[in-house]
Amino acid sequence: MQALTAGPAAAPRRQIIIGTTLGVVAMVMMVGGMLAVWSEQRTNFVERDGNWLPSGVVIPEVAANVALIAFIAICTFAQWAVWAAKRNDRGHGVFALSATALVAIMVINAQAFIYSEMGLGIGDGAYATMFYALTGVFMALMIIGVIFSVVAAFRFAGGRSDSEILAAHAIYWYAMSVIYTAIWFVVYVTK
Amino acid sequence: MTTIDPTAEVIASSAEAGDSALGRLLASVADWLTSTDHKKIGRLFLGGGLLGLFGTVAINVILGIERSGIGNIDDNAIAQILDAQRVGLVFATLLPLSIGLCVAVVPMQLGARSIAFPRLAAAGLWMWAGGLILSMIALVNNGGGLGGDPDMVDLFLGAHGLMAIGLAATGVSIATSVLTTRAPGMSMRRVPFFALSAFVMALGLVIVMPVLLGTLTYLFVDHRNGREAFGGNTGLYDWAGWIFSPGVAVLFAIPVAGLLGEGAPLLFKQRTPARGVVFAGFGLMGVAALGAVTQVAVHNVPWAGSDLYLGGSDDVREKLYDVLPWAMFNLLPLLGLTIVLLMTLFLAKPVKGARPNVTPALAFGFLGLGMVMVGMIGTALFAIEDIGLQDTVFAEGALIYVVYGTVLAALGGMAHWAPKLWGVNLPAAKVLPLAGLGVLATVLASLPSYVAGFDEQRDIYAIVVLVGHVLMALTVLGFIGLLVTSIMSQDGPAEADPYDGQTLEWATASPAPANNFVDAPTVMSAEPLADSNSNYGQTDSEKGDS
Repeated sequence: MQALTAGPAAAPRRQIIIGTTLGVVAMVMMVGGMLAVWSEQRTNFVERDGNWLPSGVVIPEVAANVALIAFIAICTFAQWAVWAAKRNDRGHGVFALSATALVAIMVINAQAFIYSEMGLGIGDGAYATMFYALTGVFMALMIIGVIFSVVAAFRFAGGRSDSEILAAHAIYWYAMSVIYTAIWFVVYVTK
Repeated sequence: MTTIDPTAEVIASSAEAGDSALGRLLASVADWLTSTDHKKIGRLFLGGGLLGLFGTVAINVILGIERSGIGNIDDNAIAQILDAQRVGLVFATLLPLSIGLCVAVVPMQLGARSIAFPRLAAAGLWMWAGGLILSMIALVNNGGGLGGDPDMVDLFLGAHGLMAIGLAATGVSIATSVLTTRAPGMSMRRVPFFALSAFVMALGLVIVMPVLLGTLTYLFVDHRNGREAFGGNTGLYDWAGWIFSPGVAVLFAIPVAGLLGEGAPLLFKQRTPARGVVFAGFGLMGVAALGAVTQVAVHNVPWAGSDLYLGGSDDVREKLYDVLPWAMFNLLPLLGLTIVLLMTLFLAKPVKGARPNVTPALAFGFLGLGMVMVGMIGTALFAIEDIGLQDTVFAEGALIYVVYGTVLAALGGMAHWAPKLWGVNLPAAKVLPLAGLGVLATVLASLPSYVAGFDEQRDIYAIVVLVGHVLMALTVLGFIGLLVTSIMSQDGPAEADPYDGQTLEWATASPAPANNFVDAPTVMSAEPLADSNSNYGQTDSEKGDS
């Protein structure tokens, strides 16, 4: 290090945001790959058996549509938390994060309602196993998101209001919105 | 001190506990198992990869004995051995060696004090190790893609899912490091070649591994419930077999090109012109990721006889539609690799009066990349349906070319950066012959499978392949022996910069301290250490004149 000048410590370069972005890229690739396999299998089964959705099974579309609309609220609340963090407004921030987690739990509840209304066992054929695998992954990602929101809320309540983490939190929920929209279209609309 | 650093009292009590030999050993083991130092994580990956290589060689020897007609192994066991060979080559050898070298070296090249998200990288290591052990347990107990025990097949699927999560997590850590922990002044265009190749591979991991995980999730749920969607365990190779294909393996071999990019400029101590072209070469190699996520291994490319006849415009369009995907998935990565090789040849042009400085990175990198290139050419041929190589051992030959080419590069990388990782300088006269032996081993282990693809499987091919695998094990054993004797020789620490290096890792002490750098170095060009030496690249006579 003789001839090199010692510079100042490296400025942080949004490490958490970039790490989270790469993480959500991985999530999108995972669900995207699953939807691609779903579409391929759907085509194969329609060509072979003439149908994909088992006869007698009705998808409760209202719950699926409400869950989609709920993501608008989730993204709005998540962005509200970023806005609050930039102003160091603890009241708004904790409220926004709590609301994010609450609406996300409602989406989980909607998915559980869809399961119960469809009355499909996990071993009831190819559609059922693939449906539960795909939506099960979605549920797992939702639970991770709820944990993210709750932890961020407690951190904010404890005075750690760094907007970088909350921006990463918002990116997570934007990605979840994209993921659910794709699932909604491929699984619940196209059937 | 951060909140996770130990207090002085804790350090003192640890020292007392470690007074006995057993205590010191346990403390050392605990230190390694829980370490978040990227150099230790990387070396654990490398050690795991070398162990995996020995296991894979043993499996290949068993397979060679069976194929040569000497052995008589039960048909059911052969299914497990074939599974173990694929898992061993890709998950136990190729991936850990490639990733390990990147984790160990890239943060030092960037001038960073640590890797980004070090706990994530450590978690990735242990998830990979745990998944690999579980997959081997499953295979031993009649699991695997062709296994007969349903629970063990489930374990095999779950274990691969665990490995996929771990490897993707480590990919996130490497990619984030390159994007966020670069030294002041180091723009993306100034990132060292090896670090950039690691970045491309890491992005590939982030893109490819989740797709594998999603597919495995389907297979797991289907296998446990009804088995109607994917046909039970046979679905594994129909739907997730692409991860074991040589085309995807190329994605994980990209750091081989980066290693050559590190060694070539040191040959005559020149700065690399047109670095952007080499960067483009790495990017083109990364196109292999597309081949992976689209899971298309075979293309209906017109190849022979009347197929080549171009009829009307519709015929031309149809043939173009057939050829273009094949060309994109196979020829673009090959083009990228060719670009890196051409740049190396350009930098290898002798400089009058200058003595060549052949580093392990150059020798092993050049030969390793050559082997990967032969594997890629084989992959491109294999993908053409009309040649009819699909039901032969041709693809196995291509995979072994890529994997063993990467093994060679990993050995070269370990030798090149041994001063930083182990504090020793391996003697070139002893290391470089191992590169030749490794190439011989790779060719013997792979080329007969290429020949058998066009001919038929003969006993002599299997015997030659067997010899090749044994030679590769001897190459690696020789390397480990050399490394261990150098470490044990206690000749004192190696020089900080034994190669007149250009990149930042050579600016710190050998071995590199826990946090790599005391101060974050400032970078003014792509070759910061060459900047600091006004005589850099000059011949002895030129130095005398100046």
